[in-house]
Amino acid sequence: MPLHLEIVTPEAKVFADEVDSVVIPGIDGEAGLLPSHAPLVTTIQPGELRYTKGGQEEYLALGEGFVEISSDAVAVITDLAASEAEIDEVTVEEAMARAHATLEDPGDHSAEELASVQASIQKSMAQLRVKRRRRSL
Amino acid sequence: MANLRDIRRRIKSVKNTSQITRAMQLVAASKMKRAQDQALHGRPFAITLNRVINRLKERVDMDDPHPLLAEHGGGGKELVVVVNSDKGLCGGLNTNMLKALLADVGEDADYVTVGKKLAKSLARLKKNLVAEFSIPDPIGFGECKVISHFITEKFLAGEYSRVKVAFTNFVNTLRQVPTVETLLPISVVALGDKEDFAGMGQDKKWEAAEAEVKPLSDAGYIYEPTPGEVFSHALPMYINYQFYQMVLEARASEHSARMVAMKSATDNANQLAKDLTLEYNKVRQAAITNELLEITTAMKALE
Repeated sequence: MPLHLEIVTPEAKVFADEVDSVVIPGIDGEAGLLPSHAPLVTTIQPGELRYTKGGQEEYLALGEGFVEISSDAVAVITDLAASEAEIDEVTVEEAMARAHATLEDPGDHSAEELASVQASIQKSMAQLRVKRRRRSL
Repeated sequence: MANLRDIRRRIKSVKNTSQITRAMQLVAASKMKRAQDQALHGRPFAITLNRVINRLKERVDMDDPHPLLAEHGGGGKELVVVVNSDKGLCGGLNTNMLKALLADVGEDADYVTVGKKLAKSLARLKKNLVAEFSIPDPIGFGECKVISHFITEKFLAGEYSRVKVAFTNFVNTLRQVPTVETLLPISVVALGDKEDFAGMGQDKKWEAAEAEVKPLSDAGYIYEPTPGEVFSHALPMYINYQFYQMVLEARASEHSARMVAMKSATDNANQLAKDLTLEYNKVRQAAITNELLEITTAMKALE
């Protein structure tokens, strides 16, 4: 029985298809999901999501959000989901450099803004990991 | 019969008006495209979020729920966030919103306005306005977040039992439906439409795309790490994005309504200019005929 994976971000429905298995970046580490998984809700941290479909493994970089698993359906709700092809390494690195600069010189940014900068660095790192994985293989 | 100069002046003023409304129509049309795209792309996210959260809510132990999931205090008082437009000239958009508000909301509710137009109307009706916000174009998530923080705090402080949002659901360019939905405590929200175009114009009723809440047959959810942590992460995110989507819907509706209103204004002005030109030509021809008549009479008299 296949697993229905659905990934939505505020910009679009990124992915909706039947897959064989999914690995998500849970808050307490990676979690592999197979069909007939018990209903589960977990928050996710920026990282990579892997899914297999017909023996083919695919990677997506995810941002923050949470995942709901119920009766053979996985709903991933996150603020970022980018496939390897969509990630532009240079842009991401530039964004990360900017974010680091902000952290080193906080200026008049509030604590909340700094937290979101921190999160954006994690997201950038997740994207770079997905991008570079392909090369190291 | 009106005199020539008067008609000429009127034609000129009508043509000027039509130029202005046409320019506004073009501006609205380009803004409309962007606002509609933004609203339509955000919709799957908001709908999925709403569906998931409501499914979770069904299984939550209601004896000790997360504070955002249940009413606490406030003595039945409601806070209504009214999302409307800053500028007028958008047809019946704000009037329809106000009508829906007066029909759906109780007498003693407090109001927060997003947009200037209805702030004035509500003040005139002697309603209690708590705050006024204004979100410029294009809508930024940050600006919406400020407002949703504000209302969440009011709700958590126990000042209100319910927080409702009144916004205009965007169906298509010609159709926008004023809607009042409950944002807090979290409940099922209808967004956009699920009408297919095949049945349009017949007796097919408009129905909002309500998030489907399917009950689970088996035992409750496992929460990782804990229900409290998952909810304290997911619920604020839900409120921020749900509210953001509502503002997007309202903005798409506003620009669509303005585009349509300006288009019909331009069409009317053009039609009027055409009628007046016809009238002008008639009067001019009558004057020429009159003159000729006088000349020939004068000649006849001289013979």
